[in-house]
Amino acid sequence: MCQSKSCQDTPILSIDNLTIDIPTSAGTLHAVRGISLDLKRGETLCIVGESGSGKSLTSLALMGLLGKRIVPRADRMEFDGIELTTASARTMRKLRGARMAMIFQEPMTSLNPAYTIGDQLMEALTLHGGSSRKKARARAIELLEKVGITAAESRLSQYPHQLSGGLRQRVMIAMALMCEPELIIADEPTTALDVTIQAQILRLLADLQREMNMAMILITHDLGVVARVADKVAVMYAGELVETGPVKEIFAAPSHPYTRGLLRCIPLPGKTKRGSVLGTIPGIVPSLVGDVEGCTFRTRCEHAAPACRGPIPLHSSPEGTHSFRCIYKPGSLQAEAALSTGTSV
Amino acid sequence: MLNFILKRLGLALLVALTVSFISFILLFLSGDPAIALAGEGATDEDVLAIRKLYGFDRPMLMQYASWLLSALSGDFGESYYFKLPVSSLIADRLSVTMLLGLCGISFALLTAVPLGVIAAIRPNSIIDRIALFLSVAGQAMPSFWFGLILIVAFSIKLRWLPPSGTDSWRNFIMPTVVLGYYAMPAIMRLTRAGMLDVLSSDYIRTARAKGASEMRVMFKHALRNAIIPVVSLAAVQMGFMLGGSIVVESIFALHGAGYLAWESISRNDLPTVQALILIFSMFYITFTFLADVLNAWLDPRMRSS
Ligand SMILES: Nc1ncnc2c1ncn2[C@@H]1O[C@H](COP(=O)(O)OP(=O)(O)O)[C@@H](O)[C@H]1O
Ligand code: SF4
Ligand SMILES: [Mg+2]
Repeated sequence: MCQSKSCQDTPILSIDNLTIDIPTSAGTLHAVRGISLDLKRGETLCIVGESGSGKSLTSLALMGLLGKRIVPRADRMEFDGIELTTASARTMRKLRGARMAMIFQEPMTSLNPAYTIGDQLMEALTLHGGSSRKKARARAIELLEKVGITAAESRLSQYPHQLSGGLRQRVMIAMALMCEPELIIADEPTTALDVTIQAQILRLLADLQREMNMAMILITHDLGVVARVADKVAVMYAGELVETGPVKEIFAAPSHPYTRGLLRCIPLPGKTKRGSVLGTIPGIVPSLVGDVEGCTFRTRCEHAAPACRGPIPLHSSPEGTHSFRCIYKPGSLQAEAALSTGTSV
Repeated sequence: MLNFILKRLGLALLVALTVSFISFILLFLSGDPAIALAGEGATDEDVLAIRKLYGFDRPMLMQYASWLLSALSGDFGESYYFKLPVSSLIADRLSVTMLLGLCGISFALLTAVPLGVIAAIRPNSIIDRIALFLSVAGQAMPSFWFGLILIVAFSIKLRWLPPSGTDSWRNFIMPTVVLGYYAMPAIMRLTRAGMLDVLSSDYIRTARAKGASEMRVMFKHALRNAIIPVVSLAAVQMGFMLGGSIVVESIFALHGAGYLAWESISRNDLPTVQALILIFSMFYITFTFLADVLNAWLDPRMRSS
């Protein structure tokens, strides 16, 4: 792999204007609209946003797993210089599992019930060639140990139904890591698990990410986790990226009213407790079927104004790292909030 | 796995024993077998002599035990009608029926499973439509009618295939198609539904996320899970084909066991009926057992339950 400074700085993932339309009986569902993101090697991006905001679709689009019916479009969607939107099925297959891997939300159903853990782990390696069964077996044991599974060797001959949800998700993580991917996408990896296990699994993922220097996209509702593991945060609402930036800036100065609503219950960035969940905002998400115009958050936004129906400007910080989409300029809402509560920011 | 097999084997034996007892009882259902054996115009002494000769005067359980023992060694008694040993009577017939059943189920599986898989991979495609048409037609068309159509077309008009008899393998083509087509629709629909269900499951997405090729996804990851219910259905169908091939056997004048069973019932030839019921049941039990074992091999969750 590359160690040089310049190589470390070029993004492993670069998305510009990703759009996902889904044909439905009621019309076209504009599920994801104009998402742009960059991710460097070794960096962790956390995507937050309520369910239905298009987080899973975005990650499946990156993996090329949307299926035949849904074709994503993008001005650019590059993984290490490979344009994914035009890549052949063969190219995608060679990337998947080998250089980019994904962990899903449902550990209970994500493993094939008919094959042993060992078979499924080893397959991840042997599929991509160049590895004997013996080597694959050794690697499987090594990774099971790495993800904290005891008696790793004897687990190889077990079947998924013999394992608990937490163990299955650990197996899924081990499987994703078999080929040492450069990018790992974890889509709400702990949502389906017991609260007590959630923290363990997330800590494990974060540790492995650091140890193996992978880029990681972590989709989670746990703001405590975001505060601890993220380098960057992307906030999605109704299929759009409403705000993105370095984790410190997002927590210290959330600019988009939606982000501010999510973080409302969080006192200070350094003091975010583990397990604190996103704040909830009253109101309903508008339908994304048919024409979608203006800011989709306006049905719930306390600052909504007539101008919110029109085109919404994108504000970027001078360095271009922090940006959000709203009719209000950066800082103006913070100032307003300060005025109304009589405190200074 | 071995544990599972032994358990199932024990269960199968138990069922077989019960069934054998029921078929033994059959002999006494239509009255005193000694009177039936003696025939019309027999004196009381004749009946008594026959009762003694055949052992009908012994306790029921004893009779069952000795009947079972001789049945196990292939001796099913003597046919009332032919006055010949039942075993020699059914040996040939049984091989015809077995052959027909095996050909029929193979034909059904070899057409239904690939069609079902393709239909599931490409729903609403031409192949899916054709498969649906074939399955609806197969369901709607009675076997005897389909058989007659085939005879008219291939034997009378085209003169390609013999309409009846068991002289060569060509005699078996049309019966196989008719019998197989009878079982095909259900197998196909179950395969298609199973594949569709499995293909939308999370572990298929996992397989793709690993970088598995579509072929691998379909055959290694999907089909193995989708085929599990099909195995059980095929076992039931196979058992049914052995006993239920009477229609097909009579259309094509294949003198098989199904036809013999039908004839023997109308002739009141109880020992023959009894032997056939016993043999058909044993086949049925064997197929179900084999299907269970195959399923347990396919689906590890079944082994532990
Ligand atoms: N295969 C699909 N067909 C139709 N609609 C879909 C499909 N997948 C997702 N959607 C819709 O797209 C929206 C975004 O879904 P998703 O990306 O799963 O959201 P998230 O992961 O943020 O909860 C939702 O409204 C969902 O109903
Ligand atoms: S554009 Fe308008 S509705 Fe949307 S977030 Fe900004 S103020 Fe609220
Ligand atoms: Mg999701």
